[in-house]
Amino acid sequence: MEAFKETLLSSFIVFENQLNGQKKSELHKLRQKAFEAFEKYGFPTRKDEDWKYTNLKPIIKHDYKIFHPKEQKLQLDEARKYFLSETDTYRIVFVDGYYASWLSLTTHHQYDICTFSALINRYPEIADEYVGKLINHGDSFTALNTAFAREGAYIFVPDNKIVDKPIEILHFTTPHALPAFQQPRSLLVLGKNSRATVIERHISLSANPVFTNSATEVFLHTGAILDHYKIQTDHYEASLIDNTVYQLQGYSVLNLTTASLGGKFVRNNPIVKLIESMAEAHLWGLTKIDSSELADHHTSIEHIAPHCQSNELYKGIFGGRSTGIFNGKVYVAPHAQKTNAFQQNNNIVLSDKATVNTKPQLEIFANDVKCSHGCTVGQMDENAMFYLRQRGIAADKARALLLLAFAGEIVDKIQLPELRQYVKRIFNQKNHIDFDFDL
Amino acid sequence: MEILEKVTKSEYKYGFYTPLEADKVPPGLNEDIIRHISAKKNEPEWMTEWRLEAYRIWQTMQEPQWANIRYKKPDFQAISYYAAPKPKKQLNSLEEVDPELLKTFQKLGISIEEQKRLTGVAIDVVVDSVSVKTTFKEKLAELGIIFCSMSEAIREHGDLVRRYLGTVVPRTDNFYAALNSAVFSDGSFCYIPKGVRCPVELSTYFRINEAGTGQFERTLVVADEGSYVSYLEGCTAPMRDENQLHAAVVELIALEGAEIKYSTVQNWYPGDKDGNGGVFNFVTKRGLCERDSKISWTQVETGSAITWKYPSCILKGDNSVGEFYSVAVTNHHQQADTGTKMIHLGRNTRSTIISKGISAGRSQNSYRGLVKIGPRAINARNFSQCDSMLMGDQCGAHTFPYIEVENPTAKVEHEATTSKIGEDQIFYCNQRGIPTEEAINLIVNGFAKEVISQLPMEFAVEAQKLLAVSLEGSVG
Repeated sequence: MEAFKETLLSSFIVFENQLNGQKKSELHKLRQKAFEAFEKYGFPTRKDEDWKYTNLKPIIKHDYKIFHPKEQKLQLDEARKYFLSETDTYRIVFVDGYYASWLSLTTHHQYDICTFSALINRYPEIADEYVGKLINHGDSFTALNTAFAREGAYIFVPDNKIVDKPIEILHFTTPHALPAFQQPRSLLVLGKNSRATVIERHISLSANPVFTNSATEVFLHTGAILDHYKIQTDHYEASLIDNTVYQLQGYSVLNLTTASLGGKFVRNNPIVKLIESMAEAHLWGLTKIDSSELADHHTSIEHIAPHCQSNELYKGIFGGRSTGIFNGKVYVAPHAQKTNAFQQNNNIVLSDKATVNTKPQLEIFANDVKCSHGCTVGQMDENAMFYLRQRGIAADKARALLLLAFAGEIVDKIQLPELRQYVKRIFNQKNHIDFDFDL
Repeated sequence: MEILEKVTKSEYKYGFYTPLEADKVPPGLNEDIIRHISAKKNEPEWMTEWRLEAYRIWQTMQEPQWANIRYKKPDFQAISYYAAPKPKKQLNSLEEVDPELLKTFQKLGISIEEQKRLTGVAIDVVVDSVSVKTTFKEKLAELGIIFCSMSEAIREHGDLVRRYLGTVVPRTDNFYAALNSAVFSDGSFCYIPKGVRCPVELSTYFRINEAGTGQFERTLVVADEGSYVSYLEGCTAPMRDENQLHAAVVELIALEGAEIKYSTVQNWYPGDKDGNGGVFNFVTKRGLCERDSKISWTQVETGSAITWKYPSCILKGDNSVGEFYSVAVTNHHQQADTGTKMIHLGRNTRSTIISKGISAGRSQNSYRGLVKIGPRAINARNFSQCDSMLMGDQCGAHTFPYIEVENPTAKVEHEATTSKIGEDQIFYCNQRGIPTEEAINLIVNGFAKEVISQLPMEFAVEAQKLLAVSLEGSVG
């Protein structure tokens, strides 16, 4: 892992030299600060409380390639099958960390749905106002992302506007001879009373290891509503660390749905800061992994203002030698009275070799609050199984049905019908069942 | 709010200091001090070596930093590691006990005579680390039960002590366990032979008396196959201005089919209402369950400025059961980081955790627990519940439950809630003629009822009084 850190340290100098004319900008000062932080902390180890159950070594042992040539390798025909819809969405597509205009559908009409590089070049005042304001340099992965921040999605919805179509953000990695390292950096700003739906996916087309370290900052102004979907269905050689920080002002609503259905190593760090009264955050999570995959959800909800609501429900199904980790932190600041925070984590362990580590963590400094959490680890209900078998349903189908029912509570939260069907299909594929009817 | 002010500012009731002539070693810790302690207690050679080895281990260790508590680190070289009341002469009856000491017990409301006669509880009185008085010993001896001070056990039952001491909490376990192993002054030893059901509740009173002395108790309870014992431990410490350190180790061993019930009421001096003084309580308690055995921990924690305590069960044998019932109350500037560890290794092992935390004033109360299901623990079952109650807007309640499951047949459930005493509840009581103070008493006792009901009768009454004293009137 030291080797990879060394590569990163030397790459930063190369990266700096490529930035013509940007060196004096506020953003670059931020990059330098973040870089110093990363240099100081290095990669976390299992001795860090936040990484107690998550072993990074197998991921960072590879000597990843940091810079990729800008090639237009991916054709529309090949990329098309990953699109939710050909025309009914806005699309921001990246290939090997570069913006792929031939695959994207962006707009500057009414609202900006474009790229992080466009933000830096065209709206430097917005960049100065928002970028780096939420992300904490104390975390080495976010610091590393900030240091190399160059490309990603940028969405700006002005006050009182509703984005008429869902926005898809797709990150492709094309086949490479070497392990590839990607660091997308995104910014989402939703003005007062605006609304948007965002779907985020990372797709690796390479047979070699791909490691993505993504960071996103999301600002929801008063009354804004964001439906955010993270669909993680990557193949076995792909790893992802996703840090997303949300700041919610009064009356704003965040609905975050994370479906982790694949990938060698998936770590989600959603941090939600409820900074004004009456803000609401709903986090739904579904995990279904097998073989030696690992999925880690480290959520952090910070109730800073009184009268806010948060609600978390994470469900996981673990087969093979997979490892599931859930750490749900709820922090209630002094004076954040009338907070209502609910958290639940349910897990099903399917095999002898699978491991589940879960740690709900409440830190409460106010007295007039309602906070509760619950978590369970168990198996499938034998009675339900027996009931289905008795009615002539084959064992594997009965099992898949029960698992789908378990997952249903999360899947049904997906508002977009196409996406809901898609997640169900992938989920059933993971259970090796193809129901010949539409569930 | 007036009542809140009045009660949360009520001073420690047990703050008095008994002037006893103490035999003290100079402050500081080195191998000579350890040899001195060991020699003073006429210990055999193996024990001296065991202590020295522990001291060497301790020197290589660091104080743990991970707990959710903030305090000024004690200076381990400024503590006197041994203090015993100077033996005047061998005591044969209660009348010969230092009258000052008897007064102390009367002030605490625990009269030895009364307890002896009325409740049938044998009390092994520990004042500043040396057992002064042991009652009912002969009666227990008839059944083959050994209940004596640790120093006596080392002398008289060396082979038993040697066989079990340090097997559940090894010297290398943690910083404070290593320190305790090196310098422990006294404590209790209890052995219940095969198939014997101990007819009385065994009880010890710990007191920290001499100013500036640390108390390092060592308790070892061994329940042989098919036996049963209920062990009570209660603590009060007089009021002193400087912080006092307490690092005890308790080891329980339940052999096949045995059952141990270990109850604690802890109301050491918590410091005054500005957070000065108070006892630092760093305790390692752990029990080992063999096949078909059961260990049950019940604790009511209302004292100490800092509490760092995790009574644990290692469920090694098949069908063994671990239980943990706890009420932790913090007030003023108290900080508590407490909880349990249930380590399931055997098949069909079961554990239950009920933890109730009450925080008031400016205190911080944390629950930290671990439920670990090992890969061979088929059909393991755990239920955990941790509820917190907050009184006032300057206190904090935190939970850190770790759950690690490596077996698909395990069933693990955890739930936690945080709440306060509702104004509607108080109003309901007031309406029915119950004054606010009593109403809060009622609600707090109701909140803690599941745990209090696990305590033996004698303790349950005291525990309820303690809760009332610590908290009444605190409306959020």
